[in-house]
Amino acid sequence: MSSAVTRDYSLVGPEAEKAIAAGLASAKWYTPPVTRAELKDLMRREDGPAIRDTLIWFAAFIVSGGFGFYFWGTWAAVPFFIVYGVLYGSSTDSRWHECGHRTAFKTQWMNDAVYQIACFMIMREPEIWRWSHTRHHTDTVIVGRDPEIITPRPPDIVSLLLNIFALKNTVVFFRKVFLHATGWLTEEEATFVPARERPKVYRTARIYLAIYAAVIAACVYFRSILPAMYIGLPTLYGGWFALYCGVTQHLGLAEDVLDHRLNSRTVHMNPIFRFLYWNMNYHVEHHIFPTVPYHALPRLHEAIKADCPPPYPSSVAAYREIIPALARQLKDPTYFVRRELPSSAQRGPLGAAKAKAMVATGAAE
Amino acid sequence: MTEAWIDAGPADRIAAEDVAPFEHNGRQYALYRTADNRYFATAGLCTHEAVELADGFVQGTIIECPMHNGRFDFTTGEAKGAPACVDLATYPVKVEGGRLLVKLG
Repeated sequence: MSSAVTRDYSLVGPEAEKAIAAGLASAKWYTPPVTRAELKDLMRREDGPAIRDTLIWFAAFIVSGGFGFYFWGTWAAVPFFIVYGVLYGSSTDSRWHECGHRTAFKTQWMNDAVYQIACFMIMREPEIWRWSHTRHHTDTVIVGRDPEIITPRPPDIVSLLLNIFALKNTVVFFRKVFLHATGWLTEEEATFVPARERPKVYRTARIYLAIYAAVIAACVYFRSILPAMYIGLPTLYGGWFALYCGVTQHLGLAEDVLDHRLNSRTVHMNPIFRFLYWNMNYHVEHHIFPTVPYHALPRLHEAIKADCPPPYPSSVAAYREIIPALARQLKDPTYFVRRELPSSAQRGPLGAAKAKAMVATGAAE
Repeated sequence: MTEAWIDAGPADRIAAEDVAPFEHNGRQYALYRTADNRYFATAGLCTHEAVELADGFVQGTIIECPMHNGRFDFTTGEAKGAPACVDLATYPVKVEGGRLLVKLG
């Protein structure tokens, strides 16, 4: 077992200074060779796919929510609320994400509208998470810099389990919303939210609290939990699928490497999962070229796959790697899964030797 | 002091509705060609995190940063939304004899 000490994952601790000193903050990341013409074609925006998907999405809300209402009070309502919950508490993860990048739709107001709706549903304050995700892309899985590392090493298993039903996330969300509504940010948030954006954070937090207060009032007035089954609670009872997909993105892989092929996973998923997750299973591709919209990620995957480690054939295959890795990290926080680049692959901007050395720095073996 | 027009290469090296890099005296610039063959020039690095805009995506008169999708109107330099909050510097451009000339102040 390693004697390495546990690292500080906060954005305001010593690891943040170390990352900057090591040149890992705002660094140059590896980019596979793709011609400008090919990339331009891949980046091209369309409204059609996202409008189609969003109409299906809204229709699924109406059908599942409608039947849930119709069968309310009987066991027959359960499957409809399971569907409604996954739509509300999980599929909003990818909608928030894609529309936050403003790539899902060609028309910007559509991106912004779906972004606001999805943010509310998944309990992510839009301004905070826009800036948090910006940092996540600048410094992906760089300890002390990335605010979206899902769990540290050793892994926080209790929090992961609580978040199957978004319990920890929800507590953190409300604690922060109350703070923001009073006109304050946390110390960490102040490191990535610019001063000019902060009034928007405070205003949104007050609107969110007003909506949740209205839902609670409706529950009291009608003496029923039903209003909260549609607004608020589905983030919890339907949040499991977002965690199921989100865990596959980076968990168990290398930290502090400047190559998304080494710290991210591309996982093949079935069409229903890909609809709910809006192709974010192509996560290596998304991180390397975040300007490519979700509907073009399968083509981008084909274009660069010879330069990337092999994708995982299924989410189950990914979990066969992730769960043992987390178990091992409980005893040995320096352990991680080493992704092997194909022999034909180009090496990172720092060169193969440096990239491998950086990976090896954190290796237990 | 009046700055000279700088030759930035053949105008047709930039595809329609696209962007290309240009470096002069160690500074980076981005050159744009619209779908209707108008040319523009801006500073080459995003005002958010100094990423090269020449790797970005052009749609209409918008350049989108390749790293965080920050957006600018390259005809005016105006930042069009977070994370791009600070406007880009812009420079006059003209085409003479098939060459793209930029006036760098």
